[in-house]
Amino acid sequence: MAAVSQSAMTAEPSVASPKMTARDLNLSYGDNQALFDVNLDIVERQVTALIGPSGCGKSTFLRCMNRMNDTIDGVTIKGEVTLDGRDIYDKRIDVVQLRARIGMVFQKPNPFPKTIYDNVAYGPRIHGLVNSRDELDQIVMTSLERAGLLKEVKDRLQSPATGLSGGQQQRLCIARAVAVSPEVILMDEPCSALDPIATAKVEELIDELRSNYTIVIVTHSMQQAARVSQRTAFFHLGKLVEVGETDQIFTNPKDERTKGYITGRFG
Amino acid sequence: MTDMASLMEDRAAAKVISDNLHKPVDWDSPKIARNIKKRYAAERRFKFYGLAAIGVALLALFVLAGSIGSKGYTAFFQTYVQLEITFDQDAIDPDRTGDPAVIGKANFDGLIKQALRERFPQVTGRQEKRDLYSIVSGGASYDLRERVMENPGLIGQTRKVWLISGDDFDMLNKGYISADVEEGNRRLNDEEIAWYDALKSDGAVEKQFHTRFFTNGDSREPELAGIWGAAVGSLYTLMVTLALSFPIGVLAAVYLEEFAPKNRFTQIVEVNINNLAAVPSIVFGLLGLEVYLNVMHLPRSAPVVGGLTLALMTLPTIIIASRAAIKAVPPSIRQAALGLGASPVQTVTHHVLPLAMPGILTGTIIGMAQALGETAPLLMIGMVAFIVDIPGGALDPATVLPVQIYLWADSPERAFVEKTSAAIMVLLAFLVLMNGLAVYLRKKFERKW
Amino acid sequence: MSLSFLLLAVAALCVLSFYFGRQRAIALSGGRYSNLHSLPTHYGMYVALWCGLPALLLLVVWYMFQGSIIEAMIIADLPAEITGDPGKLSLALNSISLIAEGGGQHLTVSPEVVDAGRRLARLHTIANAALIVVMLASASVGIMLSYRKIDPEMRARNNVERISRWIMIACSAIAILSTVGIVFSLLFEALHFFSKISPLEFLFGLEWSPQTAIRADQVASDGAFGAIPLFVGTLLITLIAMAVAVPVGLFSAIYMGEYASSKFRSVAKPALEILAGVPTVVYGFFAALTVAPFLRDNGAIIGLDVSSESALAAGLVMGVMIIPFVSSLSDDVMSQVPQSLRDGSYGLGATKSETIRHVIFPAALPGIVGAVLLAVSRAIGETMIVVMAAGLAANLTVNPLQAVTTVTVQIVTLLVGDQEFNSAKTLSAFALGLVLFLVTLGLNVFALKVVQKYREKYD
Ligand SMILES: Nc1ncnc2c1ncn2[C@@H]1O[C@H](COP(=O)(O)OP(=O)(O)OP(=O)(O)O)[C@@H](O)[C@H]1O
Ligand SMILES: [Mg+2]
Repeated sequence: MAAVSQSAMTAEPSVASPKMTARDLNLSYGDNQALFDVNLDIVERQVTALIGPSGCGKSTFLRCMNRMNDTIDGVTIKGEVTLDGRDIYDKRIDVVQLRARIGMVFQKPNPFPKTIYDNVAYGPRIHGLVNSRDELDQIVMTSLERAGLLKEVKDRLQSPATGLSGGQQQRLCIARAVAVSPEVILMDEPCSALDPIATAKVEELIDELRSNYTIVIVTHSMQQAARVSQRTAFFHLGKLVEVGETDQIFTNPKDERTKGYITGRFG
Repeated sequence: MTDMASLMEDRAAAKVISDNLHKPVDWDSPKIARNIKKRYAAERRFKFYGLAAIGVALLALFVLAGSIGSKGYTAFFQTYVQLEITFDQDAIDPDRTGDPAVIGKANFDGLIKQALRERFPQVTGRQEKRDLYSIVSGGASYDLRERVMENPGLIGQTRKVWLISGDDFDMLNKGYISADVEEGNRRLNDEEIAWYDALKSDGAVEKQFHTRFFTNGDSREPELAGIWGAAVGSLYTLMVTLALSFPIGVLAAVYLEEFAPKNRFTQIVEVNINNLAAVPSIVFGLLGLEVYLNVMHLPRSAPVVGGLTLALMTLPTIIIASRAAIKAVPPSIRQAALGLGASPVQTVTHHVLPLAMPGILTGTIIGMAQALGETAPLLMIGMVAFIVDIPGGALDPATVLPVQIYLWADSPERAFVEKTSAAIMVLLAFLVLMNGLAVYLRKKFERKW
Repeated sequence: MSLSFLLLAVAALCVLSFYFGRQRAIALSGGRYSNLHSLPTHYGMYVALWCGLPALLLLVVWYMFQGSIIEAMIIADLPAEITGDPGKLSLALNSISLIAEGGGQHLTVSPEVVDAGRRLARLHTIANAALIVVMLASASVGIMLSYRKIDPEMRARNNVERISRWIMIACSAIAILSTVGIVFSLLFEALHFFSKISPLEFLFGLEWSPQTAIRADQVASDGAFGAIPLFVGTLLITLIAMAVAVPVGLFSAIYMGEYASSKFRSVAKPALEILAGVPTVVYGFFAALTVAPFLRDNGAIIGLDVSSESALAAGLVMGVMIIPFVSSLSDDVMSQVPQSLRDGSYGLGATKSETIRHVIFPAALPGIVGAVLLAVSRAIGETMIVVMAAGLAANLTVNPLQAVTTVTVQIVTLLVGDQEFNSAKTLSAFALGLVLFLVTLGLNVFALKVVQKYREKYD
């Protein structure tokens, strides 16, 4: 068994020109280790799905990729995570810029208590990406359009974002992330708080976004992983067990644990 | 325009936007770099404001403590003057009766004056003499009498005796009156300072621990004024407050938390409690004045009335704390007790209250500490009178520590400044003790169910 | 017998009756408690309650009326020439109570007054004796009646529990009673005042000098009761206090909540709370004897004429007092902003300060506004600092370097010391108290609503 997962992991880094990589990544919350020697490549302009039973460290891994764990006290991280070949935990890397380049969408829609417009404009404003109001307007419009929300909200850009439906809020959060032109978008169970119709919309959106962005998505739904992702990584008890083409993982998993999880025997 | 047409237009417009934008940001451009620098500077500035704010608050605390400590510590010591007193038989007990009643009536003040005149024989003028006598406090004669009553063998002898000095002399000795100031601008004239220097060089001036400050009642003479009267008044007042607010507060909290149905009455009570907690304390004073004094004609200046008034004030604190403590007892304990056949009242008295008691006591102590520091409402009900006697009960006229501080702070004598500060230190010591006890209780019984 | 002895006696009776009640129940049970409806202690408590409760109620009612009844009796016997004139009457009543307490030898008063004084003393003695008799009698009757009722069939526990329930309800009702008491006592005297001075003059008049109304024939004619200078003074000092407390409190809360390490917090937070525990009289002393002279002297150095009772000194110190209040309330409020909003902002690459300024602060704003309003209400009602450090003269000015007076200062000055009852001067204190109460109450109700709404939003 160990040999199998070992081979899976050693086989993986051979992906050509990965957008991001994780090498021997270990993470502990205080004394509680949550990630063990994770090695994973994220391919550019593809959707990578992270699956695994609850508490196996998917969110933790995701938060490592834009250093969101920096905001938690008592976290120690060992290993390396790179973006375009540069270690993002390097001292010279500016975490503020890093997070703009690697956007994040959360499990629960979390629009700021501001107007729809201001929510989307938040990122470009703080990063000083625009020189004029027109430019900002354009970015807001484009981002909303990309998030498939423009049509629904264009008449009420100045109304509070909290008045939107859950699905709309989540797409607004995606628009907000897109507005700073990130290269990678990390999504932590973006559909878990949404109804099936809203979920379908977001999935459609993810598929469209793939042409411009590299996407990593955590999901508990096998179907969703199968529908939206090109590659899938399976985590178990803080370890990356297996990663590969989504088709391969779902039809022909190499590891027993993966097979067991996918077929619903545990998880 | 039809819907379809507008939709088409939207699509087209959006497409244009979409195509000409979202070129990746050049994060290494000088403009972005400059922007980042500015943002980090703003971040540091903001963080500094936060730290500065805490610094300001702590500085205020230090200045407050420092100013009171530095002004007040001298009050714990009092200047004494050594004089050679002749316990003249003819002046004290001319008929040699040995009867304490006769000795007690003797003119000890005269003995002290005599001693002063002998020490400074050059003093002759009336005003000069009066100045001379003020070296020694008016209270010294009582000390002298006590000494002789205890030891009648002194009569007929001459002894060196340490006598408590007057307040100006004390201030001079403590350095609050400077000889360098022009004569007209200080409380003591050059001659008086010369007397001081003479006594000082004789070694006849020293500071002794000032027990009177802790054992005396109030006095017009700073060197005789003490905090005991006010402390006893505070004690009686707090006892009344506690005796009323604790049972009432706990019972109300138990009712509201355990028995009260969710109805109009309960709602009104809750709103009232929350609002009472924020009513200015002086309004409670007005209530006390009107209800207790004007309507019920209870005695003015009495700790009972003070206690009644403060009880109403502390009630919300105790109720709110008790309710929180009761709420923290897990429902499983109630269910277990009820399941064993205990009635609701028994469940509460035998199981819930004992578990909630540490929290209730903590809240009560904090409420009492507030009551101990409270001044304004007590001014309204006349506890601000000048009272020399130590109150003997809750119905006697009395004052309390904070009001004593207020009264002394208002007194013109320089010596009362140090007394005020010292009284503040004593009051703060009590408060620290009480709050410390509350913290200790909370720590000791803190538990997570 | 003093009151405390009386209470002790009743308490002792309660204990005894508890014991006897229990014994009787045990005796009736024939040694088998299962014969009894309730436990023996319940029977004991039943008797004890009947012993103590009516007696205590009697005591309260007695004291509520004793004073006014005796006073009415005394007044009824005074000659009409005294009772006809309120001024003379209150003077006479003062002398009478002095004489009754054994003093007043130096007074030159009419023989009627001396007689009345003696009579008052006698009445007090009688009343006290009567109270003792009545209370002890009520306790004994209570014991006897309830003792006789003891019977194995009697549902003692239910009875006791019903009574305790009513006691608890009564205790809860005291909160309502206090409010009602406040409203009525303020309203009663304030209406009295407004029958002498028009409310319009009071609320909008620009001059306040109640002291000139001392001479009886000049009541209401010469004393000026325009409270605007007081309101302005109060607002000025409140404003200064808020100018200190809001930024310092808010930034402290932000630093504590968002930046400080837990170690720093565990030291700095209690230190800030000490500021909240310092009695206001201490702040008053500090303001009057340290801050005010400091401001005056330093003002003089840079050529400013700072009054030694300047609004600035009182306001600054009051601000310091309110810092912990603002900081702990806003800390509460800001910590309720959900983590997901912070994550959202950090995830977009915002710095901490940007997140605080653009996300947390706006989200917490309603709660913070509520907190500030509560602080304002505190500042308006604060008494000792201003009594000791602000002035008495009602200057209508907004210059913080000058002396102003406040509503609370005036209430204290008007009511401390000798008061003649029913004079507009004394009554005006109650009118001021009413305004103070209504304003702070309004602020509190509003602020609590705002904060509660805010809490519900993020719960
Ligand atoms: N802030 C934290 N502090 C301490 N431990 C944490 C923290 N966050 C997560 N953990 C622990 O780390 C482990 C991994 O958690 P993580 O949230 O990454 O799991 P997950 O795979 O995302 O689970 P789920 O599918 O339920 O979201 C868990 O054991 C969890 O208890
Ligand atoms: Mg997760």
